[in-house]
Amino acid sequence: MKSSFYRYSLALAGLGAAAMLAPSMPAQAAWEPTRPVEFIIPAGTGGGADQMARTIQGIVSKHNLMKQPILPINKSGGAGGEGFLDVKGSDGNPHKIIITLSNLFTTPLATGIPFNWKDITPVAMLALDEFVLWVNAEKPYKNVKEYIDAAKAANGTFKMAGTGAKQEDQIITEAVQKSSGAKFIYIPQKGGGAVAVQLVGNHVDSTVNNPIEAVSHWRGGKLRPLCVFDGQPMPHKEQVADGKAWSDIPTCKSQGLDMEYLMLRGIFTTPGASKEVVDFYIDLFKKVRATPEWEAFMKSGAFNTTFMTGDAFVKWVAAAEKTHMGLMKDAGFLAK
Amino acid sequence: MEEIFNLFHGFAVVLQPYNIMVMAIGILLGVIIGVLPGLGGANGVAILLPLTFSMSPTSAIIMLSCIYWGALFGGAITSVLFNIPGEPWSVATTFDGHPMAQQGRAGEALTAAFTSSFIGALFSVVVITLVAPLVASFALRFGPAEQFGVYFLAFASFIGLSKEPPMKTVAAMMMGFALGAVGLDQMTGQLRLTFGFTPLLSGFDFLIAVIGLFGIGEILLTMEEGLRFKGRAAVINPKVVWETWKTLPKFWMTYARSCVIGCWMGITPAGATPASFMSYGIAKRLSKNGRNFGNGEIEGVVAPETAAHAAGKAALLPMLALGVPGSPTAAVLLGGLLIWGLQPGPMLFIEHKEFVWGLIASMYMGNVFGLLIVLTCVPFFAAILRIPFPIIAPIILVFCAIGSYSVHNNVFDVMMMMVFGVLGYFLKKTNYPLAPLVLAIVLGDKAEESFRQSLLASQGSLGIFFSNGLVGTIMVLGFIALFWSLIQEAWSRFRPATAA
Repeated sequence: MKSSFYRYSLALAGLGAAAMLAPSMPAQAAWEPTRPVEFIIPAGTGGGADQMARTIQGIVSKHNLMKQPILPINKSGGAGGEGFLDVKGSDGNPHKIIITLSNLFTTPLATGIPFNWKDITPVAMLALDEFVLWVNAEKPYKNVKEYIDAAKAANGTFKMAGTGAKQEDQIITEAVQKSSGAKFIYIPQKGGGAVAVQLVGNHVDSTVNNPIEAVSHWRGGKLRPLCVFDGQPMPHKEQVADGKAWSDIPTCKSQGLDMEYLMLRGIFTTPGASKEVVDFYIDLFKKVRATPEWEAFMKSGAFNTTFMTGDAFVKWVAAAEKTHMGLMKDAGFLAK
Repeated sequence: MEEIFNLFHGFAVVLQPYNIMVMAIGILLGVIIGVLPGLGGANGVAILLPLTFSMSPTSAIIMLSCIYWGALFGGAITSVLFNIPGEPWSVATTFDGHPMAQQGRAGEALTAAFTSSFIGALFSVVVITLVAPLVASFALRFGPAEQFGVYFLAFASFIGLSKEPPMKTVAAMMMGFALGAVGLDQMTGQLRLTFGFTPLLSGFDFLIAVIGLFGIGEILLTMEEGLRFKGRAAVINPKVVWETWKTLPKFWMTYARSCVIGCWMGITPAGATPASFMSYGIAKRLSKNGRNFGNGEIEGVVAPETAAHAAGKAALLPMLALGVPGSPTAAVLLGGLLIWGLQPGPMLFIEHKEFVWGLIASMYMGNVFGLLIVLTCVPFFAAILRIPFPIIAPIILVFCAIGSYSVHNNVFDVMMMMVFGVLGYFLKKTNYPLAPLVLAIVLGDKAEESFRQSLLASQGSLGIFFSNGLVGTIMVLGFIALFWSLIQEAWSRFRPATAA
């Protein structure tokens, strides 16, 4: 009420002294959602993308960052293809955004569905998710070398669990095989949480879980991190479990496993979205990033907190697509 | 002993007036959500999640879990009255619940369903209170092979039960497996049976199939039979609750069995759906009235409802302790935990005792409240059937369509619902049983997944299904259940021979 009254009186004032006041006011009001914004999650409930999207929903409604609510919707069918095609088909609907994971690249490449990230409009990179090599804490191997030796001694019966088939976890497993010469049996699971539990229950020998999926088992003394698949160690220095912090985990490269992999947690919107729409969402996510809840979430999941928008983001995505093409081609995962 | 003290502390938290109010609101909202087919617990909790951000984590989880319990109670209402199960584990409730409603005994069926859910839930909560730490470590022993064993047991204890010719049962089940196989193959990342048609990418959702097969199919049949509900003769009888309660104690054996089956299936994270089917199958086999199951036998409502709710509650704790959601609703709940700054997983029980025991105490209290609320409403629910069919049928259709749409926000699903409705109508006309078809859609892809995961791990050797005592026992039980009728026949032939 108050704000509309304010606007009304402003308009009256504007009528009265139009020529004098005009230069100080923007020519056109910035775009704002006029109905609830659908937040598509191209993955199942409980996974990393789902957790992030629901955290964002919570932050937006708790801090009143937007007049309209955000509604997270899981469209996980066909390894997320369902969600991407839905956004692609919503041309000209500004009330829809999507959070991405690596299946932005891997799903179209592996299944051949008619989708490419260029079909939708990039908004911002929110963060990058790390991958860590985990083993069960009861196992004797304490570093990457001992682990690889054990895997080689097992003669092709070492089991690696991961989320989905022909997606990031299996790509990393392929790269580990190539770099180390050890052979693994890759066992696909439905989600990251289930993957971690399979390792805690000793049904598999190792995983490449994201930090947030395995951290509570690490703190519970059940899992042990061996190395992180990143160029440098993670920055988070707070102690997490048995006297160690995320920053104490060495990079895999320094341990002789030559593989780097980071997963995009980015936001895209529908095709043909105007600059006003994209700017609104960029501004919204800048506000989200400034909240203490977001900071705590980033810390608990040991995320790489790089934020990118505009051309820098587009360039990053294009480079990441190229990397995935190469990795998937090497592994023989491309759709025929 | 420490658990008992913790629990009393939890009760102290839950019994604060504010939390009691939150609980009552949650249950009521839940029942409403449960009654709308397709909306379901997960969507309901997701929509209402933001409401709770201003509350303390304990109050918030009490509210959300009460919405969930309320939705479970509410799901039974549509299963009994309209033959539309809102959740996978309500399917078995329709087998005898809906025939009872058609005979004008809807009040009886509802009372039995609510009371049974309460008893099953209570049993599990007591078990959880006493052995919470053991429960989580037992759940960890379940790898892919053990999972498959449990699914196998569920299928096996259900085969050969229907009165239809066995080949028709097998045909219906195979059709279910085929429908369940559509979409992305989890194990290879390849698309199956989509024929390049992208809407089929995500396969057939169970809810859409069930709303169509049961709900729409039922409406088509009723239209053919003369535009009226058979349950119209139902009289509003305020004493129906007491009268039904008097008959329930004689099913104590069914209750005991279903509680144990449900609790066990919930802890091995197989979940409520196989528990309800298995419990129904076993009750049918062991009950004196077994032959009459499917025609409105009250025991056929008691068995699946008790087991489903025992399993639903028993599954919650390992879920919190391991951080793996067992159902979409649980996933939304876990998402809520993160926003309140609680990380699900083993440390939750050590670092946030008050929260965990508050939740357990709310499971006790929420169930008592829920039972009171829904039981007082039984006569009103039953009276819904007195509304003339030409008025209620379009309303049901609209709710079915909204429900199907809200599963994935997808219009294609609404069309699929109508196709399934026509399919359901023809299957019923030609006496193909729907239950095995639905069972196969719900559990088929999960069973396939764990089967192939096991074989990957064992490098193709079937020996993995007998590689340890646990999985071996489950598989042997499965085979006994599968060949039970043959064993029985052999036994009865053998006995007269020795007597003579």
